[in-house]
Amino acid sequence: MNAAVLTLSDIGYRWPGRASFSLTVPDFAISRGESVLLLGESGSGKSTLLSLICGTILPDRGSISIAGTELTALSGGKRDRFRAERIGVIFQQFNLLPFGTVADNILLPLRFAPERRKRAGDAVAQATELCAALGLPPDVGRNKANALSVGQQQRVAVARALIGQPPLIIADEPTSALDADSQAAFLDLLFAQTEAHQTSLLMVSHDARLGDRFDRVIRMEDIAQIERGAA
Amino acid sequence: MTLRLAIASLFARALTVGMTILAIALSVALFLGVEKVRTGAKASFADTISGTDLIVGARSGSVQLLLYSVFRIGNATNNVTWESYQDIAARPDVDWIVPISLGDSHRQFRVMGTTQAFFEHYKYRQGRSLNMAEGIVMDDLFDTVIGADVAATLGYSVDDPIIVAHGLASFTEHKDQPFRVSGILEKTGTPVDRTVIVSMEAIEAIHVDWQSGAQIPGQSTPVDVIRGMDLTPKAVTAALVGVESPLQTFALQRAINQYPEEPLLAILPGVALQELWGIVGIAETALLAVSAMVVVTALIGMMATIFSSLNERRREMAIFRAMGARPVTILGMLVLEAMVMAAAGAILGLALLYIGLIIAQPIVDTAFGLWLPIDAPTLREAWVILGVICAGAIVSLVPALRAYRMSVADGMIVKT
Repeated sequence: MNAAVLTLSDIGYRWPGRASFSLTVPDFAISRGESVLLLGESGSGKSTLLSLICGTILPDRGSISIAGTELTALSGGKRDRFRAERIGVIFQQFNLLPFGTVADNILLPLRFAPERRKRAGDAVAQATELCAALGLPPDVGRNKANALSVGQQQRVAVARALIGQPPLIIADEPTSALDADSQAAFLDLLFAQTEAHQTSLLMVSHDARLGDRFDRVIRMEDIAQIERGAA
Repeated sequence: MTLRLAIASLFARALTVGMTILAIALSVALFLGVEKVRTGAKASFADTISGTDLIVGARSGSVQLLLYSVFRIGNATNNVTWESYQDIAARPDVDWIVPISLGDSHRQFRVMGTTQAFFEHYKYRQGRSLNMAEGIVMDDLFDTVIGADVAATLGYSVDDPIIVAHGLASFTEHKDQPFRVSGILEKTGTPVDRTVIVSMEAIEAIHVDWQSGAQIPGQSTPVDVIRGMDLTPKAVTAALVGVESPLQTFALQRAINQYPEEPLLAILPGVALQELWGIVGIAETALLAVSAMVVVTALIGMMATIFSSLNERRREMAIFRAMGARPVTILGMLVLEAMVMAAAGAILGLALLYIGLIIAQPIVDTAFGLWLPIDAPTLREAWVILGVICAGAIVSLVPALRAYRMSVADGMIVKT
């Protein structure tokens, strides 16, 4: 087994203003280069778990370690910088800045991550390579993001998550807006890139049919418990 | 890249942003326009009289003397005797002297007695001379030259008859001594435009049958007889004086102010104008304050525009957060956007001002005699633009702080 890229230990989190609701994650880890599909229904705490992993919220207790760095020990600003440096994020549809060009969107995370920018080397060249590898047309970089099809927008989102080779990719239901053929094509492209760079992938979905593409499939209830006390 | 993205984001909301920029532009144009009119009015005010070194009248206040002698507002408390006038005129340091005699009126316009020297020495707007639009300067005892506003308001042209009324609000008229319009002056933008000018002798002539401000009952001297009389003035209301050398101005002023024969006052027109402007300048300050409030209103409008866009931009902010932007970066981006809007509005406003000035300058000059100079933007205008940009940044802090809090609460997940 490769070294863990992401480790969560004894996580406890209470939603602000809703003290009776709490999420606990006793133990969860993802290895380097591993792809994990996290299945869960609405309200199962998936979004909260992703926010904890990305460091936009802090747990009340426990440890979150990414690539050897303890996230909970970092200040807010350092967590933001760390997220920019180490995590590539892919949202659902409409996850690009509509007014920016494709190049603007792909290069956006590098603006907040100097080390990742360094890793990318010639960032524009890497963005062009990623676009080509993801099957986007040549010279797409100058197009406005909102002029692309949904499928093309998702590919641009993948390129943005992969640029500068972050060790961990978080994908929040990126295929929910795609039909079955497009889903398969999208996952082919995503896996080709993550495998090429030994990038770990944590993808959240409620679609269990995608499971056979991943190294591991887990359900939210397997790794986390939500307590819903009396209000 | 941040600036480029901010501009691209503004372009994506072109209609609302455009309206906001236009509102700022119009308010800035208004503010700078008021400033231009203010400085133009001040310059025109200061240029009402030019090239005159001293104004001499009976001892009163300097502003009062300026008001009645130059602006034809109010009355003199006393006259200057003709002997004193002659005495001053004979001084070696006096280059020229122009008598002014006031007291009568025609309709709502003041009648001013003077000499031909008035047309030679009265200057306005940095040395401009009076020019005739029509006709000639008084050639006959009962000739009159009227200002442009008098002609325009009363519809007079050369050779039209004029009856002068006694005093300012009197129903008694000098019907027996009618005047003829011999000339009409070009518009000057000074009180001369609203003046009926006659000769000093004519003032004496129409008062031949008057004593102590009242007509002598039953007395009506024929005009032919009057023409043969000695019409040397007995007094003048004020006199405009030019000195041989500017160095002699203060000495002459002191000498007149200490004149032993009667109490006189000599004032420096520039100093008195400044004093007077200090009084009327309150209205100018009020106008400037109102136009500044218009700018503030436009900036508050911009704040409302940013506020109303916040909800629809939560996803955009979440994307930035997911990419590693700190909440303070979100705040900074909104402030930057506001500064871009304010700068665009201010620069557009400046452009609108100059376009407006180019169009309005000749119209305003003709209609009001107010000369609005078209100069390169001044340092003051640059400061105004900078101030608008800074104020834009400050007012945008309110929605930007809300965006900051929203981005902290939302993180990178927005459920819409």
